Amino acid sequence: MAKISMTVNGKAVSGEVEGRTLLSAFLRDDQGLTGTHIGCDTSQCGACNVHVNGVNVKSCTMLAAEADGAEVTTIEGMSNADGSLSVVQQAFQDYHGLQCGFCTPGMVMTAAALLKENPKPTEAEVRAYLEGNICRCTGYHNIVKAIMAASGQDVMPVAAE
Amino acid sequence: MSVAKPLPHDAAKLHVTGMARYTDDVPTPKGTLHLAFGLSSIAKGRITSLDLTDVRAAEGVVRVFTAEALPAANDVSPSIHDEPLLSDGAIHYVGQPIFCVIATSHLAARKAARLAKVEYEQDTPILTVDDALAANSRFEDGPRVYAKGDIETALEIAPHRLQGTLELGGQEHFYLEGQAALALPQDNGDMVVHASTQHPTEIQHKVAEGLGVPFHAVRVEVRRMGGGFGGKESQGNALAGACAIAAQMTGKPCKMRYDRDDDMVITGKRHDFRISYDVGFDDNGRLTGVDFTHLVRCGWAQDLSLPVADRAMLHADNAYDLPAARITSHRLKTNTQSATAFRGFGGPQGLVGIERVMDHIAHHLALDPLEVRRRNFYPSGGSISGKMKVGVTPYGMEVTDSVIAELVDQLVEQSDYAARRASVAEWNASNPILKKGIALTPVKFGISFTLTHLNQAGALVHVYSDGSIHMNHGGTEMGQGLFQKVAQVAADRFGIDVGAVKITATDTGKVPNTSATAASSGSDLNGMAVKVACDTIRDRMAEHLAELYQTTPQKIVFADGQVQVGAESIPFGHAAQLCYEGRVSLSSTGFYKTPEVAWDRIKGQGRPFYYFAYGAAVSEVVVDTLSGENRILRTDILHDAGSSLNPALDIGQIEGGFVQGAGWLTMEELVWDDAGRLRTHAPSTYKIPAVADRPEVFNVHLFDNVNASETIYRSKAVGEPPFMHGTSVFLALSHALSDCGAEYPALDAPATPERLMMTADRLAQ
Repeated sequence: MAKISMTVNGKAVSGEVEGRTLLSAFLRDDQGLTGTHIGCDTSQCGACNVHVNGVNVKSCTMLAAEADGAEVTTIEGMSNADGSLSVVQQAFQDYHGLQCGFCTPGMVMTAAALLKENPKPTEAEVRAYLEGNICRCTGYHNIVKAIMAASGQDVMPVAAE
Repeated sequence: MSVAKPLPHDAAKLHVTGMARYTDDVPTPKGTLHLAFGLSSIAKGRITSLDLTDVRAAEGVVRVFTAEALPAANDVSPSIHDEPLLSDGAIHYVGQPIFCVIATSHLAARKAARLAKVEYEQDTPILTVDDALAANSRFEDGPRVYAKGDIETALEIAPHRLQGTLELGGQEHFYLEGQAALALPQDNGDMVVHASTQHPTEIQHKVAEGLGVPFHAVRVEVRRMGGGFGGKESQGNALAGACAIAAQMTGKPCKMRYDRDDDMVITGKRHDFRISYDVGFDDNGRLTGVDFTHLVRCGWAQDLSLPVADRAMLHADNAYDLPAARITSHRLKTNTQSATAFRGFGGPQGLVGIERVMDHIAHHLALDPLEVRRRNFYPSGGSISGKMKVGVTPYGMEVTDSVIAELVDQLVEQSDYAARRASVAEWNASNPILKKGIALTPVKFGISFTLTHLNQAGALVHVYSDGSIHMNHGGTEMGQGLFQKVAQVAADRFGIDVGAVKITATDTGKVPNTSATAASSGSDLNGMAVKVACDTIRDRMAEHLAELYQTTPQKIVFADGQVQVGAESIPFGHAAQLCYEGRVSLSSTGFYKTPEVAWDRIKGQGRPFYYFAYGAAVSEVVVDTLSGENRILRTDILHDAGSSLNPALDIGQIEGGFVQGAGWLTMEELVWDDAGRLRTHAPSTYKIPAVADRPEVFNVHLFDNVNASETIYRSKAVGEPPFMHGTSVFLALSHALSDCGAEYPALDAPATPERLMMTADRLAQ
């Protein structure tokens, strides 16, 4: 067991973990931050994406011990300081970029990372950036639309009918 | 009006903030234990020795149990009790649960489960439909046959005749949230179960039978699932059963979630089919008759295979008025995962069969497949044209609500089909390697459970004295937006904002004896049940207020958050308070049963469906014939959701259904080896559509229609029908390959790049 400490969503936290404990497990089981979802256990689906020192990572592909001393942001830390939804979160709601919601936290984390790097991405750039995030419900159409809208670009509303 | 509004999913805010709780996220009491199954490594045989010493000795293990230790029924089957929770000694497939480990953590349980020493006496497994036919290994005593007219004569007199065979692969659900359950033991032997399930009532029943207690001792709660798609209709029974039994044994809360690989190895998938056909037709492509044989690979247990195979037969006509037809369905038993419900429930397989036939006929006659399809459509029914001619399905049901001809006409125009088909031909004439294809395929999908008694639903609605509303019904939320659509109904009945309606978790203690949320029926059934409950309360309120204000109940209007009583307008909350003070019951159940359905599945005659949902899709693709690599260039969909309860949610179902259907037919390939082991048991080897796999241009519209049947606000079910729009991609790929040689491509599914390349090579020879 090793003692680790890190900043999670702006709060200093610490814990005792096995060397093999994954960051995803530390966040969910030790910190109770269950918005980070386990979809595939094998670093392929992207439901567990978080930001570590500003970098978008699959938290099941990183050991908790590797995040010792790091700044970690999870989906629970993505809202504005006053509790209102961030632009990306609001766009996912407004443009129906979710159905069952299980992939949504990872999608929001990835989208936020993209827009930080590239504030006005093309649709092709959005699709390229989202390759590591799987969604089984939506067909991705509205997810891409939501991210384009969050970047301030014109998007047709869903269901004008 | 809160209905027909494109409101977001009710939990959208919770989803984007990570606050939405799934089963694995429910906070658990200290001391909660975790479960894992030990799985068989052979496909068929008997266990001769089971040594669990190392499992029991492993770190964190609290207890290990096998079938002998079970307190009551060893059964998780949703049908004929042929599916033990834990092996009784016989092994039926690779991945069958043999024993269960209870440990202090998920990881400890899983690690320990690998330490068993199991010896088997192996039998030769039956893995393919050919193996099963040869061994006469099947469910039911022989094939089911549904027929219309004299098929032999229809084929004999036909000016043209074709035969062919189509292989259709299965499909893994790949719900993003894997199977999960949590059992919390209560005093007096009662059990509360949280499960990720489409069928809380069945979980209640299987848990009660497993514990040996009456149904009333078990309460099952489901707030939401992270996707279901049919994969959580019966496949969660094992986890919930194991958790409840372990909780009873230890007195501790017990939780289980399959990790992805276990989930894919243990649970059932879509049935794969081999469909053979013999079809007769005239010079114009009008069918005289078609004879289908379905070979259905059901896996080792019956599960829901009979109704799945039935529904495939019931969709063998799709949108076509067949003068004569015969469908023969063999339900074959194999030593593989027990195939189960999956969006469309056999319907897609039946539908792709007849679409292949239409395509084959068009190729033979050198006609546009669209023309062949149009010449065979069911005549239009009452809701739009009012014409009198009525088509009859192969199972004797009149099709009175067809809008397929009008819908397709509109889609042809919107998608510019004719010009694009011409430009595809032009492209192909001048490009030897990259070939384009285009196809338009229709969908007619029957709505209702074919097991008639399942077409019932209950609801429970409370109005509190501040005017806020608690709504509950038997339907479950798996992302489809059911809860929001039904809340919109409730809000509309009381004339209040949908925000005043509290959506609550499905709970067997509130609404009993429910059907699975399946067969696309969620909104139809539960929307109606909630409407009944709301109207009961609203009528009571109107009666009391009429008395108070010296008027008649008919003159009282509930709208815009107010209750209009004569000249006076009072806020709904105040009205509720007045009714409470007047000692009026502000709580009611509601119940609904679908009218007019009656079906004899043995004879294959009757009215299995209350109505049909329609739609059509055009897809254009390009294929690299040297590698088989391909892209969907454009898809246009026009879909009939009747008078939509929520167009945004319905369009979401259409988009997602289409992509999932296209995935089934093009890229999702399940591979079993000769020993019956599933080799595609993770997203590394089993590819569902990713973000770049959808069409480059994607236009989805709702068809302007109202349901001719009296459904909730004349809407139509929308969960499953759009899945079959993926067929347009499959046949567009086939069309692209048709330029590689003179023969009909006879493409099998999934049309992976590998299969496309091999088909192109075969055609070129």
